[in-house]
Amino acid sequence: MRSNFNFFSDQKFRSLFYQVLVVGLFALGIYYLTITTAYNLEKRNIATGWSFLNNPAGFDISFSPFLDFKSTDTHLKVYYVGVLNTLLVSFTGCIAATFLGFIVGIIRLSNNWLLSRTAYVYVEFCRNVPLILQIILWYSILLLMPRIKQAIELVNGFFITNRGLYSPRPIYESGFSIVFFVFIVGIIASIWISKWAKKRQERTGQRYPVLWTSLGLIILLPLIIFFLLGSPMTFEYPVLKGFNFKGGMVIRPEFIAMFLALSIYTGAFISETVRSGILSVTKGQREASAALGLKPTWIMRLIIIPQALRVIIPPLTSQYLNLTKNSSLGIAVGYADLVHGFGGISLNQTGQAIECMVITMATYLCISLIISFFMNIYNRSIQFKEK
Amino acid sequence: MKKLLSIVAVSVFALSANAGTLDDVKNRGFLKCGVTTGLAGFAAPDDSGNWTGLDVDMCRAVAAAVFGDSSKVEFTTTTGKSRFPTLASGEIDMLARNTTWTLSRDVNLGFEFVGVNFYDGQGFMVPTSLGVSSATELDGATVCIQTGTTTELNLADFFRANNIGYEALPIETNDEARENLFAGRCDVFTTDASGLSSTRAQSDNPNKWVVLPEIISKEPLGPLVRHGDHQWGDVVRWSLNTMIIAEEFGLTQANVDDNMNSNIPEVLRILGVEGGYGEMLELSNDFAYNIIKQIGNYSESYERNVGPDTPLAIGRGLNALWTDGGILYAPPFR
Repeated sequence: MRSNFNFFSDQKFRSLFYQVLVVGLFALGIYYLTITTAYNLEKRNIATGWSFLNNPAGFDISFSPFLDFKSTDTHLKVYYVGVLNTLLVSFTGCIAATFLGFIVGIIRLSNNWLLSRTAYVYVEFCRNVPLILQIILWYSILLLMPRIKQAIELVNGFFITNRGLYSPRPIYESGFSIVFFVFIVGIIASIWISKWAKKRQERTGQRYPVLWTSLGLIILLPLIIFFLLGSPMTFEYPVLKGFNFKGGMVIRPEFIAMFLALSIYTGAFISETVRSGILSVTKGQREASAALGLKPTWIMRLIIIPQALRVIIPPLTSQYLNLTKNSSLGIAVGYADLVHGFGGISLNQTGQAIECMVITMATYLCISLIISFFMNIYNRSIQFKEK
Repeated sequence: MKKLLSIVAVSVFALSANAGTLDDVKNRGFLKCGVTTGLAGFAAPDDSGNWTGLDVDMCRAVAAAVFGDSSKVEFTTTTGKSRFPTLASGEIDMLARNTTWTLSRDVNLGFEFVGVNFYDGQGFMVPTSLGVSSATELDGATVCIQTGTTTELNLADFFRANNIGYEALPIETNDEARENLFAGRCDVFTTDASGLSSTRAQSDNPNKWVVLPEIISKEPLGPLVRHGDHQWGDVVRWSLNTMIIAEEFGLTQANVDDNMNSNIPEVLRILGVEGGYGEMLELSNDFAYNIIKQIGNYSESYERNVGPDTPLAIGRGLNALWTDGGILYAPPFR
């Protein structure tokens, strides 16, 4: 009798059994999906495989700031262009959203009634209106900018049109690499000096004007070298020729609309995260530091923010992931991101939906995992260290 | 195990798609037809919400053939991108969405084009104020295109062949492309010439827009079905052919009843008075009569939707009968 049920009354066995069962059913489900898909694809004479990646795309892409793309290039290159455009709008969007979020989060806690209410209205509006509508709204506004023939010239060589913002393009001549080299050295030296100054302050209490030294090293020194070398840089100005401006640089309205919408939308969420982080620092901390005679800006920078960051970073990571994934809405305004180019046009022209979607999804997964990875490293570095 | 799963997969598949589409449609009681999201003259809802257009008539003709009632259609809107997956998945029974018949779509995507209901070609439309008279003068222009179409590929080919530069702005739907064109985001809009006429008709002042003379491609537009279901393909093919043949014999909505006693043998075959041609298609013998009575012949559908008296004002051109200088030609009803 005992031998009949002793296996199931054993908790260890029981939990193992259920786990194996669940994993087995899951694997079976995946297997079933795969063979059904393969069978149906074959049945309907739909071509499969990866060779299409090396076929010429045959179409042109509207926006490719990093790679030179021609219609004779392959679908694989369409993919690269898409990934770079997705990364571009995600990266710039994350930076802008973070600045915006921190500023608004702090303003919302301000004692100034008008400021905090304004911030409140911004947050509630932006996080409660669907992102795609905000993207389209910004794009519609940008389309109302002057037409190309009526372009407004802001200052010499800078134009506003509904086809983008045009600016002069710097052309580097020989010798500019030295200026660039000095600039990089300046940055490295500044980092080293700030570490040294911090140690010295901890040891002796003496402060060192790190900010001014760094500015001198990073900006002034390269500038001096630049002029000593006889200004090895000229500008190519955009000129209206025929249908469009020729020369110069341009930022397209599709990018601007995506950038503005993504950063303003995500900034609203980040500001709430920042606010909750700041509120999580107990009032006693603030009062104690005030009692020590610290200036309010110092209290914020030295006492509140470092402690608040421990609460802020994990949800901030989620916001970065959201922003990156939301950049796939670029198709709404024709921004040539990964989903629009490779996951859209290539998919449609080749008809290989499954392959294109698998690659596109895997790419988003990779980007997200990489963001999480670095944010987790940062998160660990700011956690409270037991000494 | 693998065998068992394969059998399950096969049986599930067999239930969903292998059963004849014609039987599915008959059992369901209405036809599911994929059309555009709105292209005046081809498929667009009118003021009272009824779908009208050349492609819509194609769907209704098939419904008339199957049910004897042209109203038994459910229209599904599809974008340039969603149309093929929608048809492949069985969500719709046929696609009549000014879709160009190409080798890769016919073969690689697993579809079957049953014929051509509109011979088209890709053209360019620009604001009259630009003063452009030929597409070869478009060097450096920004061009709006609808993504996921053959026009995208033709466009790249055309500019490459003429060695002139351009900036492409691929846009998801025809409506968005139109908005971008009207706002001046692009100089040129390119799509099938019929689509240009349709877009032009929808602007507040059609005279502000001019369609350039160059036609840079062949765009035979026609209805398509899933490859492999030949019975269903035949039904759609002969619904289209019926409309063309009816025009050849001068059968119209108005005079079809008077022709039931015609002395022309083929007219009697078409109207189901003689021979059992409907039964061969597993339809009723008066299927062609129903199409002509409820939809009219090709000419009537054309004049009603895209012809010179409509806002689109497209002449018959290639779409005239072969006897009138066009290339419209249907196999005999025999």
